[in-house]
Amino acid sequence: MSIESQIVQFLFTGIALGSIYAMVALGFNIIYNATGILNFAQGEFVMLGGLVMVWLSVTLGLPMPLAFAVTVAAVMAVGALFERLAIYPLKKPPVLILIIITLAGSIIFKGSAMLLWGKKTYSLPHFSSEQPIAVLGATILPQTFWIIGFLAAVVAALALFFNCTMLGKAMRACSFNPTAASLVGINVKRIVLLSFAVSAAIGAIAGIVFTPVVLMEYDRGTMLALKGFCAAVLGGLGNGAGAVVAGLLIGILESFGAGFISSAYKDAIALLVLLLVLVVRPGGLLSRGEASRLKDF
Amino acid sequence: MHVRKNIPLILLVASVAAAALLITDPYILTMLIFIGIYAIATMGLNLLLGFAGQISLGHGAFFALGAYVSAILTTRFGAPCTAAAALAVALVCAIAWAVGLPCLRLKGHYLAMGTLAFGEIIHITLNAEVELTGGPSGIAGIPVLSLGPFSADSDARYFLIVWCVFIALFVLTRNIINSRPGRALQALHGSEQAAGAMGIDVAGMKLTVFVLSAAYAALAGVLYVHFVAFVSPQAGDIMFSIKMVTMVVAGGMGHLWGGLLGAALLTVLPEMLSYFEDYDMLIYGGILLAMVMFMPGGLTQGLARLSGALRARRTAVRPGAVTGGRTEDPVPRRTAQ
Repeated sequence: MSIESQIVQFLFTGIALGSIYAMVALGFNIIYNATGILNFAQGEFVMLGGLVMVWLSVTLGLPMPLAFAVTVAAVMAVGALFERLAIYPLKKPPVLILIIITLAGSIIFKGSAMLLWGKKTYSLPHFSSEQPIAVLGATILPQTFWIIGFLAAVVAALALFFNCTMLGKAMRACSFNPTAASLVGINVKRIVLLSFAVSAAIGAIAGIVFTPVVLMEYDRGTMLALKGFCAAVLGGLGNGAGAVVAGLLIGILESFGAGFISSAYKDAIALLVLLLVLVVRPGGLLSRGEASRLKDF
Repeated sequence: MHVRKNIPLILLVASVAAAALLITDPYILTMLIFIGIYAIATMGLNLLLGFAGQISLGHGAFFALGAYVSAILTTRFGAPCTAAAALAVALVCAIAWAVGLPCLRLKGHYLAMGTLAFGEIIHITLNAEVELTGGPSGIAGIPVLSLGPFSADSDARYFLIVWCVFIALFVLTRNIINSRPGRALQALHGSEQAAGAMGIDVAGMKLTVFVLSAAYAALAGVLYVHFVAFVSPQAGDIMFSIKMVTMVVAGGMGHLWGGLLGAALLTVLPEMLSYFEDYDMLIYGGILLAMVMFMPGGLTQGLARLSGALRARRTAVRPGAVTGGRTEDPVPRRTAQ
């Protein structure tokens, strides 16, 4: 394969990977904006999305679109339940406690998934044909385009939601100032619940579209969460557009790193980027100075 | 002097001495050795998490690094155990310093994610550097600890070594906490801004305690590797870091005895429950969640509450008692005892 087609190949792989990281980062941001919490269980929503989808569409044989909808709804319910049981009962918990709670949630999800699905790796049929498409000498799986399409759809839906609906605007109001939001009659507690549900839904979608390409098993969540977090920080925590750009960037970086440097260290690349960004510019590379308003950590 | 204050410690020393003489069952000895090793690591993490209020999700990596450095030095280079152990702890301190210097500028979630990423990088490296670390299959045939003619070749001797180290570190840690820097550390937990305003070097303090707690973890790793005689990258995975946090939280954040209690509980519990292997994540997660939600002071505080309540009841029942028993403070106090 010529070097040009290799580059195209890595670019597409990277964009597909990056789309997933972008979706995880968006999930992080939505909860972060509403609550100031970084949900360590974010990656588990992706894992649950993938595994529930496999169970519904492969094991139970439900048609793809129906299985898709049920999976998203189920993972949303899990996210909402988690918020109600573990976050809601606490009054003004310190950050340390919040970290431990979402961490505990993440290993509970992981442990439950292991009990339900075992340690096996599951596969899911591609959404359309598995026949690769030739682009500039590279061979691209059609699923890659599905992934990119779904990222675009998620971004469009979120943009619509946050800009054109009352609920979305209420959520934005909460992220600016929860006290002021509650003064104008917004139920902040309900917004927090909604933020967990929405970000679980995005995680589930990422898991569903990702699984056909890379398969899914119970312990994928932590790494996905870390890389998604990396994207969220790189893009400026809380910044949706930044998250998408940074997610794609990290995906591409990882794909080129795996191709040209070392595949054993491909996971370490994003983590090194994360450490570097945290050290050099915790506000994010892509954010404008004042946009990187850090919540009271 | 403070005899009353030292009663628990004296009891511990006495029971360790008694156990060394009386217990011959290898299974129980092994378990006690593991409890001691984990208790050492947990004590260090407690210093960071409970007293200074900084979270680290990468302490499993320090444990694994200590274990690996000592293992590599003794098996590949034929270094004597004590030198290898000292070098391992020193090296981990240096690494912790290098990692902590930038990371500890971070707070809360950022610090957690940063240390988690660091731990994962170490885990990946241990798996990938096959020539040095043996890759996923690890290193076997690690010699037992020895110093000159003395060799810790029996379980009873190893037990004694581990627990002597624990007791020595316990006294050291208690003195640190009750010293001026120790109080500075606890001030930091309350509010970094307030501590800084009082003239405490917040960044320096955080870095020092981070390095110190990494040294405890490394020492525990060294003790672990020379006892088990085998190490694989599993020793440094995320789950182990989380188990350490769980031990601290279950035992009691900010209680010196909490680390020991948590380590003992979470070492014995898996042994008592068969099929634990399948449920371990669920149980650890459940304990972690339940503890922070319902008993944030951990078992140590729970037990103190319980004994306080019992004492209160006993005094209340006595006719003519004017004042009730001493009740526990409503605000959890962080004390060394």
